[in-house]
Amino acid sequence: MTSRTKYLQFPHRHLLGIHGLSQQDIIALLDRADHYVALNRQQNKKGDALRGRTQINLFFESSTRTQSSFELAGKRLGADVMNMSVASSAMNKGETLIDTAVTLNAMNPDLIVVRHASSGAVALLAQKVTCAVLNAGDGAHEHPTQALLDALTIRNRLGRLDGLKVAICGDITHSRVARSNIALLNIMGSQVNLVGPKTLIPKDVDRLGARVFHSMREGLAGCDIVMMLRVQNERMSGNLIPSTREYYHLYGLDQEKLDYAKPNAFVMHPGPMNRGVEIDSSIADHPEKSLIREQVEMGVAVRMAALELLATNLDGTPR
Amino acid sequence: MSALLFQNVRVIDPKNNIDAMTNLRVLDGLISEIGTLTPNDNEQIIDGKGCALIPGLIDMQVSTGEPGFEHKETLASASLAAARGGVTTMIIMPNTQPVIDDAALVDFISRRARDTADVNVIPMAAITKGCNSDQLSEFALLSEAGAIAFTNGDQSIMNALTMRRALSYASNFDALIVHHAIDEHLFSVGVMNEGELSTRLGLSGIPAAAETVMIDRDLRLVELTGARYHLAQVSSAMSLPAIEKARADGLHVSCGVSANHLLLNENDVENYRSFAKLNPPLRGETDRLALVRALEDGVIDVVVSAHNPQDADAKRQPFSQAAFGSIGVETLLTALISLHHAEGIDLITVLRAVTQRPAEILGLNAGTLSIGAQADMTLVDIGAPWVIDADDLASKSKNAALDGRRVQGRVEACYVAGKPVFSRLDAQ
Repeated sequence: MTSRTKYLQFPHRHLLGIHGLSQQDIIALLDRADHYVALNRQQNKKGDALRGRTQINLFFESSTRTQSSFELAGKRLGADVMNMSVASSAMNKGETLIDTAVTLNAMNPDLIVVRHASSGAVALLAQKVTCAVLNAGDGAHEHPTQALLDALTIRNRLGRLDGLKVAICGDITHSRVARSNIALLNIMGSQVNLVGPKTLIPKDVDRLGARVFHSMREGLAGCDIVMMLRVQNERMSGNLIPSTREYYHLYGLDQEKLDYAKPNAFVMHPGPMNRGVEIDSSIADHPEKSLIREQVEMGVAVRMAALELLATNLDGTPR
Repeated sequence: MSALLFQNVRVIDPKNNIDAMTNLRVLDGLISEIGTLTPNDNEQIIDGKGCALIPGLIDMQVSTGEPGFEHKETLASASLAAARGGVTTMIIMPNTQPVIDDAALVDFISRRARDTADVNVIPMAAITKGCNSDQLSEFALLSEAGAIAFTNGDQSIMNALTMRRALSYASNFDALIVHHAIDEHLFSVGVMNEGELSTRLGLSGIPAAAETVMIDRDLRLVELTGARYHLAQVSSAMSLPAIEKARADGLHVSCGVSANHLLLNENDVENYRSFAKLNPPLRGETDRLALVRALEDGVIDVVVSAHNPQDADAKRQPFSQAAFGSIGVETLLTALISLHHAEGIDLITVLRAVTQRPAEILGLNAGTLSIGAQADMTLVDIGAPWVIDADDLASKSKNAALDGRRVQGRVEACYVAGKPVFSRLDAQ
């Protein structure tokens, strides 16, 4: 790889969302992630792309899998990784955000991975720091590495990301995973069907490039991939759905509903799952149809690729 | 005896339908003559250089932080901003700490304004105690102390029975009820207009129905009680037909809009720009255009700045946690002149909405250049272009939704009772 092409491989300072990436950017990330999938399956998993770099994982919202995935990704690339779980005292979250950004920046980190409960918060933080920022989920806005790991999982199984039909089912309104996936699948040339009750489908979401369905039978018809989203318990108290029992009856993925999709369709879930609410255990654990564990594996590889490509644009990286 | 003679000015007075290049004389703080005038001895002559001389503006919705939030804005700093913007009368919202719900507090505002502010300051008082209860405040005592109307500011009255009682009791005294009509339950945790953009940004939306539902309720209650009712701010095109119908039915209903809603739309919150986070929220472009047409057609009576100072700590937050509101008293006139240039609305029509109409609705003897009226006047260069820079505005808080906006119309001087409270003119 020549120094010039390396620089041009990912022409972005931060990774704040799928929105704003090109098809080439996504392919570059996925290709590099493929390389790390192979590396991660070896006994010696250690790379050196981030040697000497400092990575801070700043999580304003609790997370187990995303935070550990980013931690492992950074460590396997040789970075010094520091985890900060900021207790979200409701009092002055915002003050904490900007103050924390300025404080951390003074410690000269190279990469900051941020999760925050408010849409746009990660972009706001990125304005206050001089290092590269990765969005690990901001409110109901974006979760780009989740969409990328989903894409890598799909590409590895189906060999392509264009011309596919993907159903995303459940609480679209509050889902950053859905928004990032809609954006990515549109960029790559696949069709997105959104399925859920009207109370969980946001206004005018069809204009983001998706078809909207309120029944699983219609929404899953002809789909190659069925992505289930987690239903949060607080949706019940907000009267968005009357009960988990009724939700499972209408939208919970069991064999009967999965049969509406293509015969060889795969099932995905960003986790953590509510078994018996949005997905039946027999589907979640299905050895052939479920890709849920594979998604977790791809997550580490995608995050290694994202960290590395952003680091290539930092000062001091040999080009 | 002090005398001022304005020469070479375009005198515009919506109330008297005057728009002419002429002269105007001020004698002892009152407007004494308009026409072809020759200078008298010992008279100060002001060469207007072709600028417009208009009635000083009446801004029907100004919040300051006094008392309670003086770090955001004081009556003095708001008054300075008003003078620089050609506003000679500020109607003050009661949402302070404490809330203006007691005659002694109305008196406090009046005294503080007399001592610290150069422009006229007139308070509105709370409809209900604390602006958030169902207990009516003392309308008669508050009126006698100087409260010009009653409002809970940016708080809505959700209890329909409380609203009915407020309207009914107010009509005893022919008092005006000003309501921020928005249903709190439909508003919920919303932070911007509900639609494609809120969906894309992952922000909670506020449907237009939150406004229309409340307006429909209020108008039924106005019909029931016969009270005088002013809808503080309309934001959605869907709200306009109900207002038109109420007026056609003979109800005493009037309606306001903020200058921000006439110039901006929901796209201004793109990139999570919290300065454009307003309540009611900025709506779509079709709504904005409908509001502009409604102003032109007289469906909307009044334009306000909805001046709402918020310090940097309250605004430099993730969008959903940032405070609502924008400053604007200093840019109200320039916003309307820009609207005149951009949308082709008559100058006299846009000026009527900040002079004659608010004066009529509030029963104020102001907002006109009639002979004998107090000489509250603004000299403004209608064509002058400039760029709004929030840091250059006089407010203590810099949260201007119009920050960075290219505008036309620059205030050259502002007079209250014939005395200059702001002037860029060379000493003559």
